[in-house]
Amino acid sequence: MSNMFDLLVAGLATGAIYALVAVGFTLLWQTSQTINFAQGEFVMLPAFLMLAAMHVGAPFWLAIILGILLSMILLGLAFKLLLVDPMMRHGVLPLAIATMALAIGIKEAVKQFFSAEASPFPSIVPTGDISILGHAVSLQSIGVLVVAILAVVGLTTLLNRTSLGHQMQAAAQNPTVARIIGVPVERMILLTFLINAFLVALASLLITPIYLAKFSSGEVLGQAAFIAAIVGGFNQVRGAIAGGLLIGVLDNLAASYVSTQYRAAVPLIFLIVVILFRPQGLLGRAEERTV
Amino acid sequence: MSGFGKPLKIALGLAVIAALIIVPMNFNRYGLFILSQWAVMTIAAMGLNLTLGYAGQVSLAQGAFVGIGAYAAAITTTHGWPLPAAIVVAIVLSFMVGWVLGYPALRVQHHYLAFVTLAFSTLAFLVFRNESWLTGGIYGISNIPRPHVFGLATNKPLPFYYVCLGSLAIVSLTVWWLIRSPWGRAFMALRENPLRAQSLGIDTRRYTLMAFAIGSALGGVAGALYAPLTQYIDPVPFNLSLSLDLLMMVIVGGAGFYFGPFIGAMIAVLLPEWLRFTEGYYLMLYAIAVMLLLIWSPTGILGILDRTMAARRTKAASALRAVAKSRMETVQ
Repeated sequence: MSNMFDLLVAGLATGAIYALVAVGFTLLWQTSQTINFAQGEFVMLPAFLMLAAMHVGAPFWLAIILGILLSMILLGLAFKLLLVDPMMRHGVLPLAIATMALAIGIKEAVKQFFSAEASPFPSIVPTGDISILGHAVSLQSIGVLVVAILAVVGLTTLLNRTSLGHQMQAAAQNPTVARIIGVPVERMILLTFLINAFLVALASLLITPIYLAKFSSGEVLGQAAFIAAIVGGFNQVRGAIAGGLLIGVLDNLAASYVSTQYRAAVPLIFLIVVILFRPQGLLGRAEERTV
Repeated sequence: MSGFGKPLKIALGLAVIAALIIVPMNFNRYGLFILSQWAVMTIAAMGLNLTLGYAGQVSLAQGAFVGIGAYAAAITTTHGWPLPAAIVVAIVLSFMVGWVLGYPALRVQHHYLAFVTLAFSTLAFLVFRNESWLTGGIYGISNIPRPHVFGLATNKPLPFYYVCLGSLAIVSLTVWWLIRSPWGRAFMALRENPLRAQSLGIDTRRYTLMAFAIGSALGGVAGALYAPLTQYIDPVPFNLSLSLDLLMMVIVGGAGFYFGPFIGAMIAVLLPEWLRFTEGYYLMLYAIAVMLLLIWSPTGILGILDRTMAARRTKAASALRAVAKSRMETVQ
């Protein structure tokens, strides 16, 4: 059973990171119908921005701040203004394809300007284990969980308890009416892009010490977050959180109880089953089917 | 395209076909490989164009069907089967799997369908990689033979290029006929308005499954040619990025346009090669080019052409109207 407990904690830690990425993913979908196929690359890039800042002599804490700011400018502001805005009115598919091209572009740029090799990345949490209920649990897992939970709690508080959050929800649910009652819809959409950029930068900071910084690491991560978002409910922030945790735990359990070869298949099969029998996701609202 | 006169169109078509036959004769091995790859990818993209462009069903699994076709051909031809038989096996297999994959499309649409097919694509990759008794696992299958056509060996790059080109010609004619047949019209009805299609008595259920199955079968054909082209296959080329690339080809060329896949595959296969002189930057430039194109014209390259033609026609029509009007005025 001790094995089970360890797996659960490790699963929750990775799941919490997936949840951060998945929440950003659903936010973009809700406010601007953007299916961001580059979301995994969005998580990969900030770590390299932070590494670059450290390379020119910035201390780690400053590099983190610079990295987060830069990703909010590049992955939030520039992404919205240069790619999403000109394409939004043309429907879901062309924009989704454009983000696929963006994913290739980011990957290649990192490979070209930084390195094709995996680089180590410092952890914000000290390495080592502490003992909880007689189990050795790595500090890293705890740290990741704490930071991710804080971020999610902060975000849900913003969305549900503040006037700004209510305006954002209104802009997402019914832009026309929101505009009529005076919500600055455009600014709210921009805000969700900035929040997404912040969340992916945070996820990058948490996950890169575990999996190293590599130009191709976004692929797996993006897909996991993708699955998490759909399983939980594409149109619900809490759905994405639940989905992220679920996929993280499932992934870790599958790694030790199913064959390692088909470990990756478990979340996928789960995804197909969920879509076929509960397409709105486990916690999602039913979406009207467009004819 | 209707802005051209019909004889001009036929002449242009013949010139392109002649160029495709004659010009590559002086190409080196690598050039012929790239051009053969273009032909193969065009076939796969044509299949996806049927599913997506004509029937309106999003699929992120076309790469998996290329893989299924490639493995079917690799396994059968290394066991001594002739290539045509292998192609038939590839078609039947991908048709059946495509038919089954169509079932989710009856329940969910749009992005949900994209996600189901995306998951299928990755599952297929896992099977290719893990079922080593059948697929050779990560070591793949090597020494895939190239066929003899009318007693002629096609081991050299040029003859095999003609095999690919010939197959492309056969597939193009079949698809041309298909989209003009009642089936093609039923596909388009499905895309434009499924409810109305159903009320007009079109069995939307059957045609949705058909759209998937036929599109997938063409993916299988492409795979069955890909295997003897590279003569070695492993799971890596058939991962999710191939499905995404094929989708990009269809959209960039122009989804729902007959010639869209030809142009899309040309851009996806040839443009990176032309950009190779930029060394490490070529894929980056390719990605930027695709994004700029989609910002400029979300309906792809043929969308631009279509709009200029439409603009010219309206211009011509309004000029005619103006002439008619001035005539009426002079009569008065």
